[in-house]
Amino acid sequence: MLEIKNLHANINGKEILRGLNLTVRPGEVHAIMGPNGAGKSTLSSVLAGNPVFDVTEGSVNFYGKDLLALSPEDRSREGLFLSFQYPVEIPGVSMVNFMRAAINEHRKYKGLDPISATDFLKLMREKRDVVELDNKLANRSVNEGFSGGEKKRNEIFQMAMLEPRLSILDETDSGLDIDALRIVSNGVNKLKSADNATIVITHYQRLLDYIKPDFVHVLYKGQIVKSAGPELALELEEKGYDWIKKELGE
Amino acid sequence: MTQIEKQYIDLYNAHHGLIEKPCAALLNEARQKAFPLFEALGFPVKSNEDYKYTQVQDYFAPDYGLNLNRLPIPVNPYEVFRCDVPNLSTVLYFMVNDSFYQKESVKPVLPEGVIAGSLNEIAQSHPELISKYYNQIANNEKDGSVAFNTTFVQDGFVLYVPKNVIVERPIQLVNILRGDVDFMVNRRLLIILEDGAQAKLLICDHTMDKVNFLATQVAEIFVGDNAVFDYYELEENSTNTTRVASTYVSQGKNSNTLINGITLHNGKTRNNIHVTLSGEYAEANVIGMAIADQEQHVDNHTYIDHAVPNCHSNELYKYVLNDSATGVFAGRILVRKDAQKTTAFQSNKNICATREAKMYTKPQLEIYADDVKCSHGATVGQLDENALFYLRSRGISAPEARMLLMFAFTHDVIENIRLESLKDRLKHLVEKRFRGELSKCSGCSVCQ
Ligand SMILES: Nc1ncnc2c1ncn2[C@@H]1O[C@H](COP(=O)(O)OP(=O)(O)O)[C@@H](O)[C@H]1O
Ligand SMILES: [Mg+2]
Repeated sequence: MLEIKNLHANINGKEILRGLNLTVRPGEVHAIMGPNGAGKSTLSSVLAGNPVFDVTEGSVNFYGKDLLALSPEDRSREGLFLSFQYPVEIPGVSMVNFMRAAINEHRKYKGLDPISATDFLKLMREKRDVVELDNKLANRSVNEGFSGGEKKRNEIFQMAMLEPRLSILDETDSGLDIDALRIVSNGVNKLKSADNATIVITHYQRLLDYIKPDFVHVLYKGQIVKSAGPELALELEEKGYDWIKKELGE
Repeated sequence: MTQIEKQYIDLYNAHHGLIEKPCAALLNEARQKAFPLFEALGFPVKSNEDYKYTQVQDYFAPDYGLNLNRLPIPVNPYEVFRCDVPNLSTVLYFMVNDSFYQKESVKPVLPEGVIAGSLNEIAQSHPELISKYYNQIANNEKDGSVAFNTTFVQDGFVLYVPKNVIVERPIQLVNILRGDVDFMVNRRLLIILEDGAQAKLLICDHTMDKVNFLATQVAEIFVGDNAVFDYYELEENSTNTTRVASTYVSQGKNSNTLINGITLHNGKTRNNIHVTLSGEYAEANVIGMAIADQEQHVDNHTYIDHAVPNCHSNELYKYVLNDSATGVFAGRILVRKDAQKTTAFQSNKNICATREAKMYTKPQLEIYADDVKCSHGATVGQLDENALFYLRSRGISAPEARMLLMFAFTHDVIENIRLESLKDRLKHLVEKRFRGELSKCSGCSVCQ
């Protein structure tokens, strides 16, 4: 479903991604780990289409489409979802209006009529339960005054609403206490199926105890430098990244 | 004095008899005093610091028709006019150009003792009441556009609420500009709330025809001790309309006002708002917003005079500028030497959505008392790129995302409205405006 080949990307002329390759198939869970500044969030942003990054080389194929040629909104409508490492606060835009607009744009893309008011409220209620998101939060402005944990839960709530084919979770676990971590992971697992895939970006094994990866990759200096099974995450947790740097001859 | 002033001076000299003939004596007395002031001052020009970005003089240069003869305008607003703010169950009045529109069969219900209607008529039927207030706080000595209005004005609207009378229903005055040739109108508003009175007045400005209009307006608002007054002005004029308005508010002890000015659609607009807090514990909320695009120009100039101790003022203005629109905000706050324990807050936030849009903002605090709490802040920015990307990443198109953010930006201005039904209606109108569906005066069925 996703095939990234030799991806290079810059921000303000500085190269961050330097020839990255990754293939993801339906039903798979991929974990991406790597030191701070390696380019993990850059990869997520580039895949989601953040215009502040310039792709200078390489290709990304998503279900047979040239992902890089699509606008951010079309990528979302095609079924790509990014759970932001730092979700944005948007005062004055209510969660309800935000989600209604998003759902209806997705429906329009599929040639469907706008959702009815009752169906929409039902959907909101149903999906809120997936991540145990307080009704009060759903009535507030987008992320405004949410705690760190609430913001992350709100990301997974939106994911549940939009039912993506590929979800990228960028450090969704950071800043979560153990209860919140369990709720968020349960949410992600409930949404998992044989048809969709997940890329989990994390520093910690503890999330991977809940969301079991099929593959673990190390992203370092803008490239995937090592890929293996779930055991790699345990090894990284134990030994850090220095041995990988050594392997690379640094 | 230039040719621009000269054409009006000549007009007055040649026709002041005609101007005076249908008018109440006290309007004419004020007129005779104002004319030499206008001659001396002329129209405001950019070299005047208060008019730095708005050359009002130029607005008066074209040749406009004036209805000095007070000929009836062939229009029945009750029939043709569908206001954008309907169903508020307001007590509704109309002004067509600068004439109060009288319809015998429509007798609005107002509490006992309340007087509302034509300035010229009420000045004749109640001269002792009107002479106490008319032209008492309008600053003819300082501003030539005000002296001009006093010189040429022939009618307007009066609202008088006697002591301790509470008018529950909002009163609505719809100003309609109507003409077959380029036209000038000079309107006057006089609002008097005696001690303990309460009222809400909503004024809607509309243009019905495609010709060029120039509307001057001077409002004098007297809010007595313990009185509460909400004043909403909603402009939805055409791009061919120029508005030059000055509003003077005088507040008594423990009074409370909301002075709300929204420019939803316009051509060129200059609003002066001058609030004097002259009784202790008075509170003024001066709130405004402008949405402008194309070549539209909106200049709001506010001046809050804390003349006595223990008063509170709260000011919030927001502008959203698109295309080549220009916005100006100047907020002057004067805290006089004796006005201890003043609290005065001012905020002006603006979005320039394009490179060509220009915003000029200037706070001006003059504080002569030492025990005060004052703050001000002004920002000019673009839409938040991170927020825009966040919305788009959920499938919302770029224009829709921009619309949501612009709408969100105006949220707190709308939340300050103290009339629930107007609040809801405005949300709808603002959204329509951002969607480009208010590109002309939508309130008039005749120009659709
Ligand atoms: N907006 C930005 N402007 C400039 N540099 C940036 C920006 N965002 C990220 N970077 C740089 O890109 C590199 C990779 O960052 P990031 O992708 O956030 O790493 P990670 O998520 O792996 O910690 C870092 O060196 C960071 O400083
Ligand atoms: Mg990161």
